[in-house]
Amino acid sequence: MAYIEVKNACKKYIQNGSETIVLDDVSLDIEKGEFICLLGPSGCGKSTLLNALAGFETVNSGSVKIDGNEVKEPSEKNITIFQNYGLLPWRNVLKNVELGLESKKIPKEERQKIAEEYIELVGLKGFEKRHPRQLSGGQQQRVAIARGLAVDPDIIFMDEPFGALDAITRMKLQDDILKISREQKKTIIFVTHDIEEAVFLADRIVIMMANPGRIKSIVKVPLGNYRNRTSRNFLYVRDKIFELFNLKTEEYIEYVI
Amino acid sequence: MKKIVAFKNIVISIAILIGIWQLAYTCSNYSDALFPSPYQSLLALGEMIRNGSLFENIKTSMYRFVTGYVTSVTVAVILGLILGRLPAVFQYVNPAVQLLRPISPTAWMPFIVLLFGIGDIPAIVIIFIAAFFPVFLSTVSAVASVDPIYFKVARSFGIRQPQLTWKVILPAAFPQIASGIHLAIGTSWIFLVAGEMVGAQSGLGYQIIDARNNIRADILLATIVVIGVIGIILDGLLKLAENKIMKAWGGQ
Repeated sequence: MAYIEVKNACKKYIQNGSETIVLDDVSLDIEKGEFICLLGPSGCGKSTLLNALAGFETVNSGSVKIDGNEVKEPSEKNITIFQNYGLLPWRNVLKNVELGLESKKIPKEERQKIAEEYIELVGLKGFEKRHPRQLSGGQQQRVAIARGLAVDPDIIFMDEPFGALDAITRMKLQDDILKISREQKKTIIFVTHDIEEAVFLADRIVIMMANPGRIKSIVKVPLGNYRNRTSRNFLYVRDKIFELFNLKTEEYIEYVI
Repeated sequence: MKKIVAFKNIVISIAILIGIWQLAYTCSNYSDALFPSPYQSLLALGEMIRNGSLFENIKTSMYRFVTGYVTSVTVAVILGLILGRLPAVFQYVNPAVQLLRPISPTAWMPFIVLLFGIGDIPAIVIIFIAAFFPVFLSTVSAVASVDPIYFKVARSFGIRQPQLTWKVILPAAFPQIASGIHLAIGTSWIFLVAGEMVGAQSGLGYQIIDARNNIRADILLATIVVIGVIGIILDGLLKLAENKIMKAWGGQ
């Protein structure tokens, strides 16, 4: 049995009397240590699927299991990184990173040591005493990543974490998260609508479509651990995915960023 | 430099106020006993300081004020934190609160005096009522409008009650709660005097009544000035504390 197992998951919302199917019979297996990108246009249910995996929402039918256990609520073993960071503005960087460790009965000095270690890992050494509002968006997301990694989670859920950042900062963070994910060997489920981002990061890309939200296909990215955005293989995989979204034949470039 | 300018503005502003008072005194024909000059009031103030009645009354009033205000703020914030998280319950509480809120705390006064008699309690109760509603309502609305992302983060890290309130909700709601607490200090100081005029035999409010009974308008006006000055000091102290917490809160 797979580590994460989604079986025939369905989710619908009823709004103003009309029914929207956000997840239509979605099945997906994920192995431990995999980097999975959920890729698709808005309304394809990728965030709903992530929320169901992270335990923030439940599906109407079907099952979502992690390690054989049905997901009913967020587990302390997994953490979620949000698009708008979710840092606590009244805590400085160090205290923000310590947040997750505080419920774990770790002595104070130990807590600080772990926090400092991860702050350094995300390249923010020297920023410990700053408050979130004194940091750029990219730096704030780094703090959120350090905060997540500090509790040594099994799975990291990332919900369009770089969506609010400018292109250059985003690529920088992609480089870092790729490196971190390969070094720390975490299972990462990453939601994005950016095709290049998905190709750059994922072991496998789950391509989703809207109305109803469903999985169209799952693409393996055979590019190895360290990737180059301009290499021929990279462009080849990217092209293939453009095709899957019917973006190649038609001159329809709405989703190309 | 900024501080010097601010101080200069205060001095000018108060000088104008005293100037108007002096002008009104000079132009009117009331007897000195009914409408004293600023200087006569100053002398009365000196008299009150020398015979010790001023500090005695300030002490009594401050005791009532601090007791009433601190209890009120504590109760209001705790209730607000609870009910802010329970909108289903608050919708039944809210109409009753809206009914009670516009009633002037002084309206309760005769009733409170009947129940508790003359003394400290009526003044404390009136201050409690005056401070309660602004703090309670601002806390409820602050808690209800805490960004849902903080709750998601808390759930994600397994932060549960009571930690959730202490670590997330209270600090997230603090700026808005603080504005309610700030508003309340002014209102309750106003009602302290009202409370003591009716329900007490001591304190600054009573001193005003006492001065009237003895036709000592100079003492009366001096007391009014003292009440104003203490009001400013209280407000300033609270602002200081607020700034300190805000700074720790987010380093604006």
